[in-house]
Amino acid sequence: MEEFKFIGKSVKRLDEREKVTGAAKYVDDIEFGPNLLYAEIIESPHPHALIKSIDTSEAEKMEGVVKVVTGKDFPYKFGLYMKDRYIFAQDRVRFIGEQVAAVIARDPRTAQKAAKLVKVEYEPLQPVFDPIEALKEDAVVIHPDLKNYPHVPWFFPKGGTNITHRLKLRKGNAEKGFKDADFILEDTYRVPRYAHCCLETHIAVGLLDYSGRLTVWASTQSPYTQRNLFADALAPLGFSHKDIRVIAPFVGGGFGGKAGVTMEIVAAALATTVKGHPVKVMWRRDQEFYNTYMRQQVVTKIKVGVKKDGTITAFEMANYWDAGPYAEYGANVVNASGLSATGPYRIPNVSIDSYCIYTNLPAAGPYRGFGYSEMSFSVESHMTRIANAIGMDQAEFRRKNGIKEGDPVAYGAPMNPNGLLEAIDKVADEIEWGKKEESKDPNKAIGKGLSIFWKAPAMPPNVTTSAFIKFNEDGSLNILVSGMELGQGYLTVMAQVAAEILTVPIEKIRVELPDTDRNPYHWQTVASHVTWASGNAVKRAALEMRDKIFEVIHAAYHYDKDSLYLEDEKVKCKLHPSFELPLKDFVINGIQTEDGTYRGEAIVGSGAFMPEFTSAKQDPETSQGGHPNVHYTVGAGAVKIEVDKQTGKIRILKAVEAVDAGKAINPRNVEHQIIGGLLQGLATVLYEDMRFDENGKILNPNFTDYKIPTFLDIPDEVVPIIVEVPQPDGPFGARGIAEHTMIPAAPIIANAVEDAIGVRVKTMPITAEKIAMAIANNKKEVNDFLMIMKK
Amino acid sequence: MKKISFILNGEKRNAYVEPNDLLVDVLREKLGMHSIKYACGRGDCGACTILLNGKGVRSCIILAIEVDGQEILTLEGLSENKLTSLQESFIDHSSFQCGFCAPGMIMSATELLNKNPNPTEEEVKEGLSGNLCRCTGYTPIIEAVLDVEKKDVDKK
Repeated sequence: MEEFKFIGKSVKRLDEREKVTGAAKYVDDIEFGPNLLYAEIIESPHPHALIKSIDTSEAEKMEGVVKVVTGKDFPYKFGLYMKDRYIFAQDRVRFIGEQVAAVIARDPRTAQKAAKLVKVEYEPLQPVFDPIEALKEDAVVIHPDLKNYPHVPWFFPKGGTNITHRLKLRKGNAEKGFKDADFILEDTYRVPRYAHCCLETHIAVGLLDYSGRLTVWASTQSPYTQRNLFADALAPLGFSHKDIRVIAPFVGGGFGGKAGVTMEIVAAALATTVKGHPVKVMWRRDQEFYNTYMRQQVVTKIKVGVKKDGTITAFEMANYWDAGPYAEYGANVVNASGLSATGPYRIPNVSIDSYCIYTNLPAAGPYRGFGYSEMSFSVESHMTRIANAIGMDQAEFRRKNGIKEGDPVAYGAPMNPNGLLEAIDKVADEIEWGKKEESKDPNKAIGKGLSIFWKAPAMPPNVTTSAFIKFNEDGSLNILVSGMELGQGYLTVMAQVAAEILTVPIEKIRVELPDTDRNPYHWQTVASHVTWASGNAVKRAALEMRDKIFEVIHAAYHYDKDSLYLEDEKVKCKLHPSFELPLKDFVINGIQTEDGTYRGEAIVGSGAFMPEFTSAKQDPETSQGGHPNVHYTVGAGAVKIEVDKQTGKIRILKAVEAVDAGKAINPRNVEHQIIGGLLQGLATVLYEDMRFDENGKILNPNFTDYKIPTFLDIPDEVVPIIVEVPQPDGPFGARGIAEHTMIPAAPIIANAVEDAIGVRVKTMPITAEKIAMAIANNKKEVNDFLMIMKK
Repeated sequence: MKKISFILNGEKRNAYVEPNDLLVDVLREKLGMHSIKYACGRGDCGACTILLNGKGVRSCIILAIEVDGQEILTLEGLSENKLTSLQESFIDHSSFQCGFCAPGMIMSATELLNKNPNPTEEEVKEGLSGNLCRCTGYTPIIEAVLDVEKKDVDKK
């Protein structure tokens, strides 16, 4: 094994000092001066309606109001993968809370008062909230113009319907596979919507200065993508990319919710109407729930066939995703999770159809896990039931069918090196799989659940990233990248990569947060790909600097470059053991030679990375032939729970999760992702419970009624386990792990509940109420699903 | 507008406030205390926690006018000189991820340790249960609080 000095070490987080002193600046902490204006949004009270008229005259008369802006001012569409979203509603509104107009005023209270004076006349249309209903022939069509919307080539929208994308995957012959099966299980699972619940709500401040430059400060995962979409959507106003600047200070949580573009475009657009004045748009907590992205709900029909010995022969699945009325990002959740919906299994015959469907609930899109958590609930519940039905141990069933390196995945590409079997073994050992435990309390039952998972980064095939590194006079470093520190530890890991190559200690490295004017390009911080991709770019930049350093030494001392190496911030030479030159002595000012002249230069490095083996050119009828994913990260989770048979309350006695990081550059950061991500997942299955009224209005957009975990809700014990089967093209073998940690949470609970009390719950969340009612009514299966309350 | 006076981080400060101005807004916008975070607006999450006369309160549900004549400590006040052992412990444990909950969490934990310098794990959980964090799963925060060097728990 190669010995590393900085890689694989749990160095302290680079940003922790700023964060524990309150020095860390988030967007709302930046002072914008006395010219700062505030925007208040006029929102649709209807889930689906035509806009007949908007009267802004009363609002405009109010003192302190600077401007009232409506959809007429910005008749432009935008979107990441498909242009189906509007800066402000145009002729119609499609969900309750949609932005129809905005008041810009000198202070927030005036803006709020004036917003109430804007009169909008609507003609209500029939709404549709259920994705299955929305597929019916006679369903109201939410986007009559869908067939004309620009989109990426791997989407297949169906004009005249609510289908914004259909992913179709066919491998082998599913029909034959089911004929070969000795046992077939078919069922339906349902997962509702969820909210990211970042502590910091969305906020963006836009400024069009008097010279015509547009700057947006945003709480975002995606500074470059935002700049690109602003430039694209506002192109009619004559912006070039170079004239738009996105600055991304610290972000108070992302989880996918601050990926792509949502409300930030409102700040960008409003700024163009009030030259010289920064305009702040900041979501309140309720707006954070309904007007960014939610996680999509999905109805999954699944059928799996196996031989008596447990070999899976066929897998058939249909997913009906509720994307809300704008699917510009959500359709790619459907696409990516559809391609990988089998989970990490080797299955010869596969048929998957995933439908992305417009509804009149709020817009839904990316959320940590990107559809894999939802697929995992149905698939991993189903696999457990099958193993139990054929009398096979669940862990053994997964070992037998688990995908191995080189096995073709459902779309035909070969599986990458991975530690799936090791992960299964480790969590099984840790949870004492197979050992039945009894509660001492007769009213309580103990159960165990197990699940495996995988996830690939969902990205366009040609995403690219880059890095600059520069030395300072004292030999310290500034690294400029445009990945985002969302809390996952990105800055720290980038510093560790550079430190390993340049031997500069972590304490002497700063990694700068994105600013599109000076930090180089990075697509966006999503897909858990930044350790891998940005890590490669930083490594290349550092290697370039090392080459330049050796070049300078060669020029000054004529030592053979191949004999030089770096150690402890010094250049040393294998052939001249007495030679050592500290980096700080020459990396800026060079080396003086005998004749008084200098050799050298200010040492800077640049590096970039793009995967060159990926392709989205697959057959639309089968999804075969392309190579849409760079690689998968795999893992396994297990849990031991105690169910109170009277109240239905679940106590988690122990949770275990193993994830294959390839190489954990910072093991503690990996463990912290596991602990945090697993709890976020456990909350979705245990108590986060989003409700809408019969008009599609969210009823619990706050932390009183939408329960996220507190200190008192954590498992009694969490054991994070790191598996390391190197990723050949990763920096030092690393691959991403952050989203993945949440994926096994729902099925391990569902499986443990069944193990404990013999009740199979096929709908999320698995609340105490559901369990108590099932026990009281002696039900063995629970299909109850309540997200939209009836009158 | 009414003039109020109070001790902020050891210094007497004045502010002119409307009767319905929230304390969080006055501290952030008029007095530059940007460590205080506004996140839920209804006392659910604890991101805006400050110490009022040594007691942790949610500054988003307190009117500024109510603090006239009282004493306020924010994270700025705690960080003025040397970091407290609690802050050092958070750094040592890499406790925070996005960091948005950190200021409120640190104020609540400071109050907890002032009252109870040797809390049990259960007491830490109970004492901090009004502060939400979406990133960490709480364990790294608990570990840091339990691991504070007891010698100089903030005496301010």
